Amino acid sequence: MAPYVEEPNDEAAFAPTKRAPDLVAPEPEHCPGPESEQAGQGDACAGCPNQQICASAPKGPDPDIPIITERLSQIRHKILVLSGKGGVGKSTFSTLLSHAFAANPDSTVGIMDTDICGPSIPKMMGVETETIHVSNAGWSPVWVTDNLGAMSVQFMLPNRDDAVIWRGPKKNGLIKQFLKDVDWGELDYLIVDTPPGTSDEHLSVNSLLKESGVDGAVVVTTPQEVSLLDVRKEIDFCRKAGIKILDFPCHNRRGRRLAKKMGIPFLGAVPLDPRVGMACDFGESFVENFPDSPASKAIKRVVRAVGQAVGEDPEHVLPEEMVG
Amino acid sequence: MPLDGVKNIVLVLSGKGGVGKSSVTLQLALALSLQGKSVGILDIDLTGPSIPRLVGLEDAKITQSPQGWLPVSVHEPITAEESTSSASAPPRGSLRCMSLGFLLRDRGDAVIWRGPKKTAMIRQFLSDVSWGATDYLLIDTPPGTSDEHIALAEQLLTLFSTDPVIAAQSSLPRLAGAVLVTTPQAVATSDVRKEANFCVKTSIPVLGVVENMSGYACPCCGEVSNLFSSGGGEVMAQQLGIPFLGKVPVDVKFGELVEGKPEAESDEDEGDGNSEGAQQQDVLAEPDQRPLVEKYKEGWSYPRFEGFAATIISGIQATTPA
Repeated sequence: MAPYVEEPNDEAAFAPTKRAPDLVAPEPEHCPGPESEQAGQGDACAGCPNQQICASAPKGPDPDIPIITERLSQIRHKILVLSGKGGVGKSTFSTLLSHAFAANPDSTVGIMDTDICGPSIPKMMGVETETIHVSNAGWSPVWVTDNLGAMSVQFMLPNRDDAVIWRGPKKNGLIKQFLKDVDWGELDYLIVDTPPGTSDEHLSVNSLLKESGVDGAVVVTTPQEVSLLDVRKEIDFCRKAGIKILDFPCHNRRGRRLAKKMGIPFLGAVPLDPRVGMACDFGESFVENFPDSPASKAIKRVVRAVGQAVGEDPEHVLPEEMVG
Repeated sequence: MPLDGVKNIVLVLSGKGGVGKSSVTLQLALALSLQGKSVGILDIDLTGPSIPRLVGLEDAKITQSPQGWLPVSVHEPITAEESTSSASAPPRGSLRCMSLGFLLRDRGDAVIWRGPKKTAMIRQFLSDVSWGATDYLLIDTPPGTSDEHIALAEQLLTLFSTDPVIAAQSSLPRLAGAVLVTTPQAVATSDVRKEANFCVKTSIPVLGVVENMSGYACPCCGEVSNLFSSGGGEVMAQQLGIPFLGKVPVDVKFGELVEGKPEAESDEDEGDGNSEGAQQQDVLAEPDQRPLVEKYKEGWSYPRFEGFAATIISGIQATTPA
């Protein structure tokens, strides 16, 4: 008899959340989640020191969700960037995507880094040493250019190399603050860069943004089978969470086949260009520095298609003559 | 008793995803096994397990025995006597793996778990797997410094000691330390620095840094050219005052070895499949049924990892009281 892991309990994972109560002990193994509707009532809750607290916590939806929805109502499009596998270029892609969106001076773009334990966006944007300013209106994002703002845990660390050794609930708390307290102002696009995997960060972003409406997800992959395997998991996640998949940039035909098999749009290949890596290391905009390179053109075409997928006129997103 | 029979535990860590933790883990395991050590790989990347795919055993399943879960065997040991009598191969140790991938019904299933459940699974991996006699247990980790890492460090540090003397007296496994994997890019090293800080905070010794994807090894002659940057990991190791094990160039052959043959092309193909079709025929022409470890021995990367394995073994043995 071979042991199996149980089928993931999707309903509990994707149920709307209420506010998490303060716990007196770590959650037990099969904890339904202190913020879930079943809190204090599940089988795993019997004998848990938190049971009373969870069971008596106020029911009903998380009171912070309307605040988040209000805060994000000024943002026209919210796009998630996902990938099951690490190192396929989520952050690189998010950086390129936001620079390319921002290449149109009429658009204002924000980029939010929800990778708490390995933030890369500040480095790639060249704003690693910046810090966040707090005003009456909330936390001000770090402005990379006039129309491109960024938010990341990196801006909050006293030292550059500090490790953020946090468990899930604490990471969720920070992500909620990013959504609730950051004063983005009016944005055309908010790009949400995620860590690899399908865990706390992804569930939180999804449940907190459900009310305000996510336009969709861009799933990034590389051609290797190992990477495609994890991407299948990520697509599975989006299906379960009800997130629309906008695009699927990848580096060759294998990705296209997978996209076709799973019935999601595929958006061409972004070729490998060593200069992309260097631009990221130095925190410069690749799209601006090498506007005519094949990779730049490919990324701009992706931007137009993403714009189209969220219901914008591609000419309005990035005029054809800027693609070159 | 958890991890009965295991002698040394080595963690493979990296702050950054996709730098090749799993492939470095596997190559290190193969190299250790070729030096006659029995090796186990425990894959605790729960939401993206790669080890089953890398060892080509995606359909394998874990079996239950009275002692606990039995890991999946990648290759059996060849003892010194067998090796001289059959004259087929030099002695080598066994290699066995444990991963959540072996416990999933379908390989595309997403494991969408929050922290407490991941912590529980890792505890179970550390307590319920019956490894038997194992010289080195390599633990492959997910990127970051979060639930999995905290659970692992907590569990290992309460059960086992990093001190060789205490470990030798207790007959429990020794937590020998961690190997950090990075790539040369500054974006990767900045995250790996965080991981090094994690080791400092948890007082897990760092055995060394491997700079993966450092340059590109020509598949024909093995000559290394620096297509991308190189040396970033070495500089980081110097600055942090931790040992640098060496650089590993991109090895296309190893990629092919673990990626396997290209997936069978079907009518879904969009017309430009000629070149791939030709490549496929080449592959089909010579089916290679030898175990992964034999094929690996011929690759360009093996001598490098042989060196890393030797450094790690001698480093650990030097501090182990006789």
